[in-house]
Amino acid sequence: MVVTFSFWTQNYLDLDTSFTLANYREAWTDPLYRELMLRSLRISLIVTIVTVLLAFPIAYHVSFHVHQRKALWLFLITVPFWTSYLLRVFLWKVILGYNGVLNSALLGLGLIDEPLSFILYNANAVVITLAHAWAPFAILPIFVALERIDRSLLEAAKDLGDGPVRSFFRVTLPLAMPGVVAATIIVLIPTVGDYITPRLVGGTEGLMISNMIQVQFGKANNAPLGAALAVSSMFIVGGISLLIFFATRKIGRGGAD
Amino acid sequence: MLDTEKPHARTIIDLDGVTKSFGSVQALKGITATIREGEFFSLLGPSGCGKTTLLRMIAGFEDPTTGTITIDDKPMAGIAANHRPTNMVFQSYAIFPHLSVADNVGYGLKKRRLPKADYKREVEQALAMVDLGGYGPRAAHTLSGGQRQRVALARALIMKPKVVLLDEPLSALDKKLRDQMQLELRQLQRSVGITFILVTHDQEEALIMSDRIAVMFDGQIEQLATPEELYRRPVNQRVASFIGVMNFLGAQATGSTDTHVSLDVQALGKIDIPHSGLPKGMKPEDIHRVGVRPEMMTILIDGAPSAERIVEGEVTETSYYGDMTYYSVRLNGLETPVTISMRNTAGRAVLRPGETARVGFATDSIIVFR
Repeated sequence: MVVTFSFWTQNYLDLDTSFTLANYREAWTDPLYRELMLRSLRISLIVTIVTVLLAFPIAYHVSFHVHQRKALWLFLITVPFWTSYLLRVFLWKVILGYNGVLNSALLGLGLIDEPLSFILYNANAVVITLAHAWAPFAILPIFVALERIDRSLLEAAKDLGDGPVRSFFRVTLPLAMPGVVAATIIVLIPTVGDYITPRLVGGTEGLMISNMIQVQFGKANNAPLGAALAVSSMFIVGGISLLIFFATRKIGRGGAD
Repeated sequence: MLDTEKPHARTIIDLDGVTKSFGSVQALKGITATIREGEFFSLLGPSGCGKTTLLRMIAGFEDPTTGTITIDDKPMAGIAANHRPTNMVFQSYAIFPHLSVADNVGYGLKKRRLPKADYKREVEQALAMVDLGGYGPRAAHTLSGGQRQRVALARALIMKPKVVLLDEPLSALDKKLRDQMQLELRQLQRSVGITFILVTHDQEEALIMSDRIAVMFDGQIEQLATPEELYRRPVNQRVASFIGVMNFLGAQATGSTDTHVSLDVQALGKIDIPHSGLPKGMKPEDIHRVGVRPEMMTILIDGAPSAERIVEGEVTETSYYGDMTYYSVRLNGLETPVTISMRNTAGRAVLRPGETARVGFATDSIIVFR
């Protein structure tokens, strides 16, 4: 339906159902939409990188250094899911706000003289909130990939002269790559399209493409343009995911040749 | 203990009072032994006897709780596995699945930063040594079990270690391939001259391949000897029944002369054993049992040459193996049957259960136990 909509035209109250590409032309040429799309991609890429980089050590720790309480650790990792997504976003608002927990604490400690303003209502806040929200989705696939690594391979690497750092880069990381790729795609795809977080903590410069789509469907009353934006961003995200997938597969193969 | 093989070779590994405890469980209870340069040494024992733990301690994957391990005159305390002159062939082979065969074999060499040509040549030589010439570019996951085993071996040998450690390397292979690999491994070890330490629970494998074998039970070495010595003169019943098959019969010393000990043996009657047949330190009154190997007894067929001593019994079971037949025979005066193996020579009749067997044996094939 969204795809069909994107080829129609909105006339104030009714829809002109004749086929047109005008919406796509507008979606791809208007600097506003382009800027929003690029910003969305930039933010979600940063979120993805931050999330995966933070998730890896956690997954690694649970997989390699926790022996008896693995289930408990995994359980704790999923605890944030017990509250609603909205609630978690609001919590970050409370933490990062002008009179929030973080600022009060820093002020109280005398580390800063006036509240930090760069941490809420901008892209940084969006990154922090999204990274926190999606961390478990990144930790779990990486954890599974690490769990599947035969520990005797690491012993073999050690036996053949590798210290811990070398064996990590020569054995652990290459074998964990499928999990890392899965985590990257799992985090990247939904964060590009997220609209609650940028809406609540992003301020004006933290707004993303999905907020615009929402506006087009709602206030702007231009569903066809919104649909064209949605379809476009879907294709862009799909393309990037495929690119990541094939690039890492090629790297994985390159190591084997 | 009689050590006939390579008596002048220098010690490559010295184990001195090595113990290992996991929590309250003592896996190794004081292992003292020396392993000589260039020998094929086996650690043989049932699962849970501590043999793998000992091997892993030599490799550096575990630290001894007490005692010292010396390799090539250097104490190994505090030296990690990656700095030891040992390389291991893992039970699972631990072939890196993301690397090619050549990259697996050359894995340890990479760190030495050889010129590319030298590196390539070394890898090719190592592959040729294990009959895998030309397999270099293959992906590791395409290999069969036997080929993986060879890659694991090449990967260890290319490092030119002082000692190669093999953790049940043949247990995952089917019997035919295993028999073939046993001989190949043995030949390879002879040709490279590197000390091999093999961990196995398969007594036949240990007998075939080793120069010397340490038989382990419950975290201790019960006997360390050559395969022949181990088979012919096991120090106790546990070793005797672990290595091959042994028939045990109750016995008691009835008298002793300057040269002989007279025994009264269940079902076999009076037997004289020379004093030299008694293990060191054993007194005649310590003897409570004797053992006879199945092949040391013969079922006599009418007209066949006679034996030193003959007893009679009833065949209770016949197992035909093609080249051999294994009989269970209940000797007169005995409740549990003994096992007797006979080579199936041309024209030899196979006795059926219920038939009477005349069993011949020589008194010098008797081994005494406490």
